[in-house]
Amino acid sequence: MTVETQESRMERPASGTPLLKLEGVKKHFPITQGVLFQKRIGQVHAVDGVDLEVHSGETIGLVGETGCGKSTLARVIMRSYDATEGRLLFDGQDYTTFGRRKMRPLRREMQMVFQDPYASLNPRKTVGSIISDPFRIHGTVSKGEVKKQVQELMELVGLNPEHYNRYPHEFSGGQRQRIGVARALALHPRLIVCDEPVSALDVSIQAQIINLLQELQQEFGLTYIFIAHDLSVVKHVSDRVAVMYLGKIVEFAPSSVLYENPKHPYTGALLSAVPIPDPDLASHRKRIVLEGDVPSPIDPPSGCRFHPRCPNAQFPTCSEVEPQLEPHRPGQVAACHFPLPDRAVIDTASA
Amino acid sequence: MTDRPTASPAGSRRPLLQVRDLKVHFDTPDGVVKAVDGVTFDIHPGETLGVVGESGSGKSVTFLTIMGLITAKQARVEGEVVFDGQDLLALPENEYRHFRGRRMGMVFQDAMTSLHPFYVVGEQIAEAVRAHEKISKRAAFDRAVDMLQRVGIPKPAERARQYPHEYSGGMRQRAMIAMALSLNPDMLIADEPTTALDVTVQSQILELIDRLRQEFQAAVVIITHDLGVVAEHCDHIQVMYAGRLVETGRTRDIYYRAHHPYTWGLLQSIPRLGVEEHRLRPIRGLPPSLIFVPPGCPFHPRCPYAWEECQRVVPELLSPDGVHASACHLSLADKERLFREEVLERA
Repeated sequence: MTVETQESRMERPASGTPLLKLEGVKKHFPITQGVLFQKRIGQVHAVDGVDLEVHSGETIGLVGETGCGKSTLARVIMRSYDATEGRLLFDGQDYTTFGRRKMRPLRREMQMVFQDPYASLNPRKTVGSIISDPFRIHGTVSKGEVKKQVQELMELVGLNPEHYNRYPHEFSGGQRQRIGVARALALHPRLIVCDEPVSALDVSIQAQIINLLQELQQEFGLTYIFIAHDLSVVKHVSDRVAVMYLGKIVEFAPSSVLYENPKHPYTGALLSAVPIPDPDLASHRKRIVLEGDVPSPIDPPSGCRFHPRCPNAQFPTCSEVEPQLEPHRPGQVAACHFPLPDRAVIDTASA
Repeated sequence: MTDRPTASPAGSRRPLLQVRDLKVHFDTPDGVVKAVDGVTFDIHPGETLGVVGESGSGKSVTFLTIMGLITAKQARVEGEVVFDGQDLLALPENEYRHFRGRRMGMVFQDAMTSLHPFYVVGEQIAEAVRAHEKISKRAAFDRAVDMLQRVGIPKPAERARQYPHEYSGGMRQRAMIAMALSLNPDMLIADEPTTALDVTVQSQILELIDRLRQEFQAAVVIITHDLGVVAEHCDHIQVMYAGRLVETGRTRDIYYRAHHPYTWGLLQSIPRLGVEEHRLRPIRGLPPSLIFVPPGCPFHPRCPYAWEECQRVVPELLSPDGVHASACHLSLADKERLFREEVLERA
């Protein structure tokens, strides 16, 4: 296994066509009133203008609290939802408005691993049949070959191929997540969107799944979009991390930069909330405690969406002017009028 | 009482809770599930204890039994649970009810299913108060509002009249904590109180528990599977595996001088923010079935350092210094060396 150094990651040329490109993607859900004559009375701004480039072979982390729109964004990328506005490009091809038939070859290229390994597997189907569904739907493997291929996949993700005929309830949470990974890999996709793939698992099992995903990435040159609310997990697996708040990316940076020098106070708050298994380091970091919960995305706050919870907000700038993503360090952009100073949360020198 | 070493500090204060050789075995059609298999520990007044282990290690069953929520009706319970001088396992159910809630409160993982969806939150807290104290409905409701305020719920008077579904996940957990503390108990047991929550809310809840512990002078038990969660908030930590305690000690003992290979595995499974480019080293395999617990040390099939003795002899929970104890056959020198070489340097 070759471990890339931090430098080589950061200097990866941004040239060439990105594998996935999002341009101003928005997803609004209508809120309606009335049964027969449904009247639109408002809309949920779940994703509200996201630009993102994902290059082949890299892992992009998406973090944010519940309700920040990260899962909605994943579903828009997968075209489970249609974008309200903006463009989606896969390998340079605009697939924003592709119909079912045109999407089909693209679906082989991108797959998804879900959060809940209990709810995402059909309890009435055997593991063999769950993993071979993609083959049947896309007809990529002849009938005689299916079982052999499925067993190869099971072995690849660390399941016993002899358990081909077992049902999901006979497996533990970690093993079920492996089944989900095997299913996602069946069609040799290039992009896998992992939506909180480890948050439902015990820490010791989390580590097994994270390592598995990393090994598979090395072996097949996979590209991941990795969604989680825990910044330590995201930082561990990702090359670059996007922090989302109320439907927008508020900071985007290489993961080590984000950890050492977060610029957006929200990133700082996430970082200061991460559990650290080290009492000394934990007590050395500065606390940025957020009050309350994420505001409703139905009527997001004016100006900077974070201002009602921001400890550094200055009025009236923050409540009136919406900050744009501005560059800080190489590869780092943050949308804040009053960005944090360097090493604002964790000062490794003093720890 | 046995003269086994325990995790208690050598303080002169009398322990609030003494658990001696507690066993909880369930008879099932497949065999006897040894969920808790001989656990001994003390909790002192005002102390915060972290209980760490994987799913199925017996950490929840231990404390459900202490709360009297698992009784001789459902399981074979053996051993002693002495709370403030009183043997709880000998109490009949109607007397236990006076104890539970008033002297010890519990907060569960899933606050949504722990609150009744048909009743407003304030009434549910008031009901818990009235179950133990003879006060008017009105006074109990006022107490509920006061408690909601103390756990940091804004506009508590309005919020007390709302239903659980109108609360966010973090607020529900706050309401549960308010309910558990409304009778001013001596001990609060929090079973995975933050597992279903966002990290930001998780840290708010842990801070809250910390603050309330000082305010109410209560002992606190935090049960979790994540060693990261308890690092900042606990005085003592005990690590459970397959129904037994495998390591106990002060918080710093566990993070900076851990003696048990299972604890090492837990520490190495967590991604560390401060460390560049490392690979997680998960514990291989899965936790054992509690029906067929491996002979000898239950961890030996997953332990990279196990040898022949580990398959035969159950290691005792022994402590060289009277505080930090571990159940492992490795010599103290080996434990210290391996922790340095394998855990610290490779982290």
